[in-house]
Amino acid sequence: MSTAEVTTAAPTRSEARIARSERIRLLLRSPTVIVGAIVVAFWVFCALFPGLVAPHDPIFDNQFPTGLSPEWSHPFGTDTNGRDVFSRVLAGSRNILLIAPAATLLGTVLGTILGLITGYLRGVVDDVMSRFIDAVMSLPLIVTAILIVTAVGKSGNWVVILVIGLIFAPVVSRTVRAAVLQEAELDYVQAARLRGERAPYIMASEILPNVMSPVVVEFTVRLGYAIFTVASLTFIGFGVQPPSPDWAAQINQYWTFVDPYWWMTFFPALAIASLVVAVNLVADGIREVYER
Amino acid sequence: MTDATAPETATPPLALEVADLELVYKVRGVDRPVLRGVSFSIERGHSYGLVGESGCGKSTAALGIVRYLPRNGRITTGRVSVAGKDVLSLGGSGLRDYHARTVSMVYQNPGSALNPGMRVGAQVAEAFTVLGVHRKEARERSQDALARVQIADPSSVMDRYPHQLSGGMQQRVVIAMALAKDPALLILDEPTTGLDATVEAEVLDLVANLQAELQTAVLFISHNLGVIAKMCNRVGVLYAGRLVEEGPVETVLQDARHPYTVGLLRCIPRGGVRKDRGRLDTIPGFLPSLGATIAGCVFADRCALADDRCRTEEPPIEAVAGDHLARCFHHERAQELPREQVANIALPAVQREAPPLLRFDDLGKVFHQHGVDIHALVGVSTALWPGETLGLVGESGSGKTTLARTLLGIIGPTSGSVELEGRVLAPRFQKRSRDDLRSIQIVFQNPDSALNRRHSVQRILLRSMRKLAGIGGSEAQARVSALTERVRISERTLTQKPVQLSGGLKQRVAIARAFAGDPKLVVCDEPTSALDVSVQAAILNLLVELQAEQGVSYIFISHDLGVVRYISDRIAVLYLGRLMELGPADVVFDGPHHPYTEALLSAVPTIDGGGRERIRLAGDIPSAAEPPSGCVFQTRCPRKIGAVCETTEPPLVEVEEGHLMRCHIPLEELRALQAKGAPPARETVAQ
Repeated sequence: MSTAEVTTAAPTRSEARIARSERIRLLLRSPTVIVGAIVVAFWVFCALFPGLVAPHDPIFDNQFPTGLSPEWSHPFGTDTNGRDVFSRVLAGSRNILLIAPAATLLGTVLGTILGLITGYLRGVVDDVMSRFIDAVMSLPLIVTAILIVTAVGKSGNWVVILVIGLIFAPVVSRTVRAAVLQEAELDYVQAARLRGERAPYIMASEILPNVMSPVVVEFTVRLGYAIFTVASLTFIGFGVQPPSPDWAAQINQYWTFVDPYWWMTFFPALAIASLVVAVNLVADGIREVYER
Repeated sequence: MTDATAPETATPPLALEVADLELVYKVRGVDRPVLRGVSFSIERGHSYGLVGESGCGKSTAALGIVRYLPRNGRITTGRVSVAGKDVLSLGGSGLRDYHARTVSMVYQNPGSALNPGMRVGAQVAEAFTVLGVHRKEARERSQDALARVQIADPSSVMDRYPHQLSGGMQQRVVIAMALAKDPALLILDEPTTGLDATVEAEVLDLVANLQAELQTAVLFISHNLGVIAKMCNRVGVLYAGRLVEEGPVETVLQDARHPYTVGLLRCIPRGGVRKDRGRLDTIPGFLPSLGATIAGCVFADRCALADDRCRTEEPPIEAVAGDHLARCFHHERAQELPREQVANIALPAVQREAPPLLRFDDLGKVFHQHGVDIHALVGVSTALWPGETLGLVGESGSGKTTLARTLLGIIGPTSGSVELEGRVLAPRFQKRSRDDLRSIQIVFQNPDSALNRRHSVQRILLRSMRKLAGIGGSEAQARVSALTERVRISERTLTQKPVQLSGGLKQRVAIARAFAGDPKLVVCDEPTSALDVSVQAAILNLLVELQAEQGVSYIFISHDLGVVRYISDRIAVLYLGRLMELGPADVVFDGPHHPYTEALLSAVPTIDGGGRERIRLAGDIPSAAEPPSGCVFQTRCPRKIGAVCETTEPPLVEVEEGHLMRCHIPLEELRALQAKGAPPARETVAQ
C-alpha cells in the first residue's frame, strides 16, 4: 500500500510546477508571441538607453539640412528643425512606455477591487456601483479623458496616468466581476463564511487568487489600448510637449505638413502601430494559454 | 436458400466486436496507454455492461468505438467492428454514415446533450432528416418516436424547449433521438447517474423494453453495479485499461473470480449492513497513474493475493467456467481474498433520555421566485441526540438540502426555529457566535468545489483551526498534525494543493476542515456521491470512526439508500418539503413503511437481483409552487385509498414507538398490503 501511495504521489508532487512551465513553454512555442515580445523588448531597450541606439541626439542635434527625405545617412529623413527623425523615433518610446503600463496597472488594480466588491457582495452595492460603471462605460473614452484633463487643468504625466486608470477600471471590473460571480458560487467560499470569515478576507485571500488568470489577461489586453490612448491624448496636446521626441508629440507637430513631408509623421505613427500590434500579439498569446 | 448464404444466416454478425483494442492518449509528448488489449463482443439484442471505477477507461472505450476520441487520443492496434463493418478504417463520408445510421450514444447529462435554443420537436426531427427523411415526414416520425419513449403528450413536448422538461423527460427525448435511426449499436454512458431513483428506474425500464422490442445491441457503461445487474446479459470489469473479468452478469456478481471485482463488490454497503454491525471493506492503494508501465498484473499492487509471479508476469485472460473469464492466476482463490484488517469499533448507544443536541420545531421555508411562492420546507420538526446520525432521504426538490442549509444558517427559515443544546440559534449564521459556528459544520458533496484550489492543505486547516477553535501559532500546528492523523492523511499532504490530491484525499481534507473546531454536528451533504465505491467505503468508515471517538452527530444526506442505511440511526423521508416518515433506520427500511418510502426503496436496483418488485410511480414530482391538495403524495401514490387523500392532509403521527408516518392508511393495514407485494401501477397522468 505504501508503495502505491509513493508511486501515485511522486508524479503529482510537481504537478503545479509542471503546469506553470507548460504555460511558459506554450507561450514560447507560438511564433506570434515571440515576434511581439521581441518588438516590445526592442522599444523597452530604446526607452531605457536611447543614447546607445540613436545615432544623434534627438533634441539638440539640429545641425542637419531641414526637410530631407529618407536617404542613406538619414533613413527616416530630417524634420523641419534639422533633426534626425530616425533618432527621434528611437528615443520617442520613453514616455509612452512609462505612462501606459502605469495607467494600465492602476486601472487593473482599481478594476479588480471594484470587480471583487460588486461580484462578491452583489445586492444593492452591486446594483448601484454597476449602474455607475455602466454610465462611465457609455461615455466615449477620449472625450471623457479630455474632459477630465481639462477640468483638472494640468496635463502632467500623473494626470494622464490617473485619468486613463480611472477610465479603464470599470472595463476591467466587468471581466473580474464575471469571474468572481462564478467563483463565489463554489463551496469553499460558503465554507469560509461558515467559519466566520469577513467579506474582505474572503475577497482578498479566498477569491482573488482564483481569478488572477482573467486579471493577467485583462492587464495585457488593456495595455494595448492604453498605449493608443496615451498617444491620442499626447497628440491632442495633453501630456508631453515638443521638443520632446515623443511619437505622438511628433505627429502633433508635423501632421499638417504631411504633404510632402510625409516621413515626419509616418515613421512615428509606424512606431506607435508597431508597439500596439506587438503588445496585442503577446496579449493574444497569454489569453490563449490562460484561458485554455 | 443456397449453400453460400446458409452459414451467414446461421451465424448472425455480432453487433459489436472489439478485439485487442490498444488506445493511447498523448500527454506532454508521451503516448500513455489507456486501454490495454481490450476484447469483447455483443450479440444482436444483447446488452453488455462495462463497469469499473473512474479512470479505468470505460468512457474512453466507448469514445474509441464511436470514433469520437479527443485529438490527443489514438487507437494504436486492434479491431472494432459494428454489425460486421470495420469501424477503424472508416474515413470521411464512411464515418459520417456510420455516425448517422449505425451507432448511437446517450450521455450522462441530457441537459447538455440537447440544444437549449431549439425546440424539442425540431431536434428530434433532425435525427430523421439526417437519414434523408423529408421534413414533414420527419416531424410525424418524431411524434411517434416520442410516444415510443412513453412521453404522454408528444405534440406538446415537441413545442417546448429542453429546459422546460424535467431531467427524466430530457433523457427520454435523447433516447428517442438515439433510437431514431434504429441503430445496430446503442451506447449508454451512465445514462441515469444524474437522475432520481424513481426516475432512474423508469428510464431503465424504458430502455429494457425498447431493447427487447427493437433487438438493439446495447453497450451500457456504469459505475453502479446494481444498474448493470438489472440491465445487462454480460458484464466486463475494467481496471487500469484492462478487462480483468468478463462473464454473464449473475455469475460475475455472485461468484466473482478476480480480486478487483471481489473487492469492489465488498465495498458496497448492502444487505442491511449497518455501522454498528461491521465495517465496510475498502480496496487499499490507488489506481496506477495514467499510462504507467506495469510489468505484471495491473491489480497486483493493491491485491492481497498477489505474489511474485503476479508482479512480474501478466496473467492471461482465461475461462474460469464456461463463458466466465478472469485475468488472474489465483482466480480459484479470489473469493478468499483476505479482508483488510479494520478494527471493529464500539459505537456508544445513543442516549435518548438525555436532552437532545439539536431540536427544530415546525421549520418552514418559502422562496419567492418570480412572484410565485415555493414552499421548500413545510412544518418539519424533529430532534437529534449526541452521537446520532439522522439520514435525510428524498428525491430532488424534496427539501433535504434546504433543511440542511436552514440548520447551518445559510438560509433563514420563514417559520420555526433551531435549538442547539436548549438555546435558540440565530436564524442566519452571520449572527451566530464563534462557538455556535464551530458546533455545526458541513462536508460538501464535491471536494473540488469545497477546497480552495490555490491554498495548500496546511493553510486550509490552519485557518479553520484559527477561526473555529481560536487557536494560532505552534499550538495550531500541533493540533493540525493531530487532526491529519485522525482523518488518516499523511503529513506530506499538508504542503500539497488540492489539485495534487485524489478525490478521496480531498474529501478527507474537507472532513478535517469540518472537524477543526471539534464540532457537535456535521452536516454531510452527499459526501460520497462524487467518489468511487472503494473510496466511498473508506470515507464512510472514517466518518463512523470519528463519530465513535468524538460522539459527533451527523445529518447525512444521500440518494444512495444503501449508504444511508449503513450510517444512519434514524431516517427522515422528505417529499415536497414535508416529512413523510421518520423512524429508526431498520424500521424505515424493513417496513411497514410509507407508500412513498416503499416506492423509493423498490426503485433502487440491487446487485443481488430479484428483491422487491418495482413500484411504478405515475408522473413527475409535482411543483412545490402548486403542491397537490390533501396529501402531497396523492397524485403519484400507488396506494391511494380515495377522496380523503385528495381533501385532507394526513397528520404526522407516531404509529409505533419512535416511528412517525404521514399517511391515511393505518399501520396494520399497510403491513398487510405491503406483505402482499407491489400494488398495480397507476395510469400515467397526462403531461
